[in-house]
Amino acid sequence: MANHTHAPAPLGGSLFTPFTLLLGTLSAIAGVILLYRLFYGLGAVTNLNDGYPWGIWIAYDVVVGSAFACGGYAMALLVYIFNKGQYHPLVRPALLASLFGYTLAGASVIFDLGRWWNFWHIFWPGYAQVNSVMFEVAVCISAYIVVMWIEFAPAFLEKWGLKDVRQKLNKLLFFFIALGVLLPSMHQSSLGSLLVIFGEQIHPLWQSGMLLPLIYLMTAILLGFAVVIFEATLSSTGFRRQLETPVLAPLAKLMYGLLAAYVVVRVLDLLLRGALGSAFAATWQAFWFWVEMACFVVPLATLATDRARRSAGRLFAGAVLLMLGGFLLRINGFLVGYMTGEGWHYFPSLAELMVTVGLIAFEILAYIYIVRNYPVLPAAQPATR
Amino acid sequence: MDRRTFFKASLAGGTALAAGAASCPAQARETHPMPPEAVGLLFDSVLCVGCKACVAACKQANGMPMEFSTKDQYWDTPLDISGKTLNVIKAYRNGNMEAKDREENGFAFIKKSCMHCVDPSCVSACPVSAMRKDAKTGVVTYDKDACIGCRYCVAACPFGVPRFTYDSPTPQISKCQLCIHRHKDGKYAACAEVCPTGATLYGKVSVLREEAKRRLALKPGEKTEFPRGHLRAAEEKALRGAPEGKGEQRRQGWQDDGAQRYPGVAGQYLQHVYGEKEFGGTQMLMLSGVSFQKLGYPDLPPRSDAATSETLQHTLYGGLIAPIAVLGALTFIARRNVKHEDEEGGQHG
Repeated sequence: MANHTHAPAPLGGSLFTPFTLLLGTLSAIAGVILLYRLFYGLGAVTNLNDGYPWGIWIAYDVVVGSAFACGGYAMALLVYIFNKGQYHPLVRPALLASLFGYTLAGASVIFDLGRWWNFWHIFWPGYAQVNSVMFEVAVCISAYIVVMWIEFAPAFLEKWGLKDVRQKLNKLLFFFIALGVLLPSMHQSSLGSLLVIFGEQIHPLWQSGMLLPLIYLMTAILLGFAVVIFEATLSSTGFRRQLETPVLAPLAKLMYGLLAAYVVVRVLDLLLRGALGSAFAATWQAFWFWVEMACFVVPLATLATDRARRSAGRLFAGAVLLMLGGFLLRINGFLVGYMTGEGWHYFPSLAELMVTVGLIAFEILAYIYIVRNYPVLPAAQPATR
Repeated sequence: MDRRTFFKASLAGGTALAAGAASCPAQARETHPMPPEAVGLLFDSVLCVGCKACVAACKQANGMPMEFSTKDQYWDTPLDISGKTLNVIKAYRNGNMEAKDREENGFAFIKKSCMHCVDPSCVSACPVSAMRKDAKTGVVTYDKDACIGCRYCVAACPFGVPRFTYDSPTPQISKCQLCIHRHKDGKYAACAEVCPTGATLYGKVSVLREEAKRRLALKPGEKTEFPRGHLRAAEEKALRGAPEGKGEQRRQGWQDDGAQRYPGVAGQYLQHVYGEKEFGGTQMLMLSGVSFQKLGYPDLPPRSDAATSETLQHTLYGGLIAPIAVLGALTFIARRNVKHEDEEGGQHG
């Protein structure tokens, strides 16, 4: 894939493999559980309680899930704002993964809302409460989902041969690209701001107050880079294509710079707030804090040189660690470090977990279907084996 | 663009955003002040005998279902506020529980219900205005017809007050609304109405605060009088007729619950009115002989979290100035770069 002038093309191939059947089964199980939830209430399938009113459907499906879906955002930022055209082949596959990540995160929120039939109130003048961080997150995520479908439309239009529409859309695309960079910057930072109002209910290791938006935004972009590397490596392996390491290595260099900046911000914030002391207490919070920090600091060491970043294995491992770190930062902030008083416990129920697993399965399934049938991945020779 | 320019550009963008944020100090949102006509409750743990008449009256007045915590479900036994219970009396116990209102080897009672914060987190958190604070009375109300059931209020409240009915397919938030539905009949909070010792008093917050200060100024063991029910300001009572008056005037006087007083002896109080300063103030004030943290109430700063959260939101999004400016810049850059690509004949999309 060294030659990045190759136009995107459908991969073709069979949709029915043992792997896709497994994905389909997992998706179906999640669907049944969600149906059950609609008739019998959240309590019937989740372990939610008044001490932990938000479980993994929020902390993972929305907060982590949308951050994992920042590949499209990070690539758009790089290619269209910082004008780094060499990463262009990565845009469309990244955007596709983002499209599904966000669309499903948005759809899954509906099932988490207790009074879901009122969800439109968020967008309705008279109901909408603009001081609420939740309002900002909901509106920006919804708008971004629409923008991403528009941004991705050329892939469908190409396939369906609608050249006129495509050309017209292309003329306006720059505006949607700009929106597609602005909106995630807003809601990804606001996902962190959600924690501000929890005040002292959030453990000091994660209650960064006014810096929360910056910390969540930096890690969202970082995760965007990591996810692109992760997905490019997996789809090269999964679809037996050449590895995209020549494009990924310089990308990793940018990611590395951002990672270093993030670690500085995170540690300085902890120092200035005097919160670092609590990291040495014998608590679960302290333990998970160190695991989280290790996930960010280890890649700082293993990806330090150009040589290291050219190693596909190291790059992949680094990307996985960063994804784990971003995952932990969010789960720690929303669940592990959420202290609402004694006597409350939460661990997701099997049904809750199966919904999240099913959602991920459905995302992968949809991704496979689209790249096999629509022009997303750059046309390339299969790797010889 | 090489890596150096990339970082320069990032830095410039970040600085521009930060400068934009810093240039809007007018957006800083202070903790809201108490509405002058605010009404609330004064709970005096020292006067509370733990009879739980308020718990039963609250259930009746609000049509809430029974809740059981014993094997034989003989009577309503809620252990905490919940989707079915808006108000409970909890017991603090230590050691051999020898003396009331003592931390060591003692016991005490504490009321748990909505604090009606002056600057409530739930109202700031709610994305659909289902949680509102009445501009005049300051009562924090809930409208289930507006609610989407996101439970951000449940998560945000530092007192853990809004609760949710997870077991229902049509769930809703449950919280004390100070019996506003009874106000139109001239009635007030049921918990205060039935409290036999006046441990829970209803009234204007300014009046309740004065009463709380009066009690704190008493010497332990000193003889005094305690009001019961609805505590009104002295001048308000005068307008309603004095209890020693005659005929119609006297009857009005007797109807006035605020006139209910009984002789008692001052207890041992901590010199602290909980809710006077905490979190920017609450409309439920509390007195106690045992530290409030021991009774399950958090030690909160004087600034509300709503003020911090809204300062942040207004700084970033006030008047949509910053987002529109950034969108303008991004549109300009994206347009140039997408065009650039067209000239090169590259693929885009």
